[in-house]
Amino acid sequence: METLKSEYSHIKGWGIDNDPQDEPNYPMKHYTGDDHMRIRWKRPTLQKVDVELLLSTERPTPSAVFGSKNPPRGLSGMIRRYAFRHSENEFKHWLPLLLADRVDVIEGMIEDLVHMKFPRVVKERGWYALAKHAPGILARKIGVRLAVVAAIAGLGTYKLAKS
Amino acid sequence: MLNSRRTSVDRSEKKSVNNQKIITMLAMNYRGPFRVRADEKPRPKIEHPEDAIVKVLRSCICGSDLHIYHGMVPDTRVGTTFGHEFVGVVEEIGPEVTKLKVGDKVIVPFNISCGKCAFCKQELYGNCHESNPQATAVGGIFGYSHTAGGFDGGQAEYARVPYANVGPTIIPEGMDLDDAVLLTDVVPTGYQAAEMGGIKLGDTVVVFGAGPIGIMAAKCAWLFGAGRVIVIDNVNYRLEFAKNYSQCEAYNYEEIGDPVEFLKKTTDWLGADVCIDAVGCEAGGQGMQTITGRKMMLQSGSSTALQWAINSVKKGGIVSIVGVYGPTGNLVPIGNVVNKGITIRANQASVKRLLPRLIEHVQAGRLNPKGIITHRIPLENVAEAYRIFSDKLDNCIKTVLIPPTVRT
Repeated sequence: METLKSEYSHIKGWGIDNDPQDEPNYPMKHYTGDDHMRIRWKRPTLQKVDVELLLSTERPTPSAVFGSKNPPRGLSGMIRRYAFRHSENEFKHWLPLLLADRVDVIEGMIEDLVHMKFPRVVKERGWYALAKHAPGILARKIGVRLAVVAAIAGLGTYKLAKS
Repeated sequence: MLNSRRTSVDRSEKKSVNNQKIITMLAMNYRGPFRVRADEKPRPKIEHPEDAIVKVLRSCICGSDLHIYHGMVPDTRVGTTFGHEFVGVVEEIGPEVTKLKVGDKVIVPFNISCGKCAFCKQELYGNCHESNPQATAVGGIFGYSHTAGGFDGGQAEYARVPYANVGPTIIPEGMDLDDAVLLTDVVPTGYQAAEMGGIKLGDTVVVFGAGPIGIMAAKCAWLFGAGRVIVIDNVNYRLEFAKNYSQCEAYNYEEIGDPVEFLKKTTDWLGADVCIDAVGCEAGGQGMQTITGRKMMLQSGSSTALQWAINSVKKGGIVSIVGVYGPTGNLVPIGNVVNKGITIRANQASVKRLLPRLIEHVQAGRLNPKGIITHRIPLENVAEAYRIFSDKLDNCIKTVLIPPTVRT
């Protein structure tokens, strides 16, 4: 405080009303002044970067540890790389990531098929639980899906017949 | 390759891929919105000298897991294993781990914290700057998308736990594992929600949301001296549960008309002293918010609960937010925040900071975390478990997944 005081001695009244007890974040934050060290803390050992890591533009280096599973892949990976060119402040970052997630789902299905694993949608969606505890809701879900498929098929047939 | 010490038991099957032996384990596997399954995946390895590998004994599905299950959190990649609430036994440790040994049973806080950055040093363990390269707004969280660091979670037989000297806390002798697993997130988050409310003796506290966190926040509000605790939701069985478990008043917002008007009326037309948003981005209750937030995703989910909290709190009151929202933005009445002089306090729970006090509360019988567990489901049936929790089937409050390794 005294060092800072001398640094700002040219400003009359600098810090005169400062109250260290007035910490709106307390008790979540036990203020130590470490904030003013900025990023000059003693960093932990750094995890070896041996997968493609997409890095936020808002930090200069990777964090010391990170998850190494599921690196970007395929088309979804290309979209993710585009997203990470933009800061977290921008929709251009987040919206492409949501799009990439949806593309990733399709890539996941293809990956399953390549490995001769056929998507078990009923099981994966937990519909056995619905059948047991809420058969009415399950019937409604199936009904809506059948109606959508029928509508699309009907529209397709109609257009085909018309042409 | 890092030196590591491990136990000799390897029960999982071994597969040969490219002449390399891969030890596998059973783990939850995200395949897309509303689609998950239990799959054989490679068992995690030590990747950093401060890592530990933990054999999972219990893991929970958290209400916030539903946001990623529903595909609402950006950068949730197919193949991810969810799960940020788990306890386990230390199976293997990296060469720089000094505070744990193989065989220790540990509570693993949901946030990954280095203990060295400016934030961790000031006990903001939920805001660590050394655990997430993909985003600066959030610290690393187990199994919570690449936006939270890309770590696999604990809905598996084994999990990699970074910074094992910092987060994991040894489970006290005699503590039930079901109590311990709820100390990883639910209890600290509920407790911190009440703590951030700055509750004064006799205050009226309104909690929006009767999920596990809302129920726990209501319970903890009494520990801070609240005079009246009110929970608002629209699911009757949960309101009934909250009323009994948290010894509070509970109202269905579909039956009381405008909830803000109702709360004003019941607080002498001034508003509550403290309002807690324990819902987050999937709130119902207001058509415009639901359509723009949840259906069209024009905002980071629906912010109905936050809007009600801001409008129901008294002038000069405190709104505490623990509900999870996405990273872009939400429509909230910020003008009312200014005009009413409201203080908004929010954060991810700093589990590590709170654990000693919360363990005391559990041991003294002031908190009974396992009382909220309604379902214990084998990890193999993870898809049904998610569906039951997500659709609030079978009067579900809290679901615990039990890995097969523990059952045999």
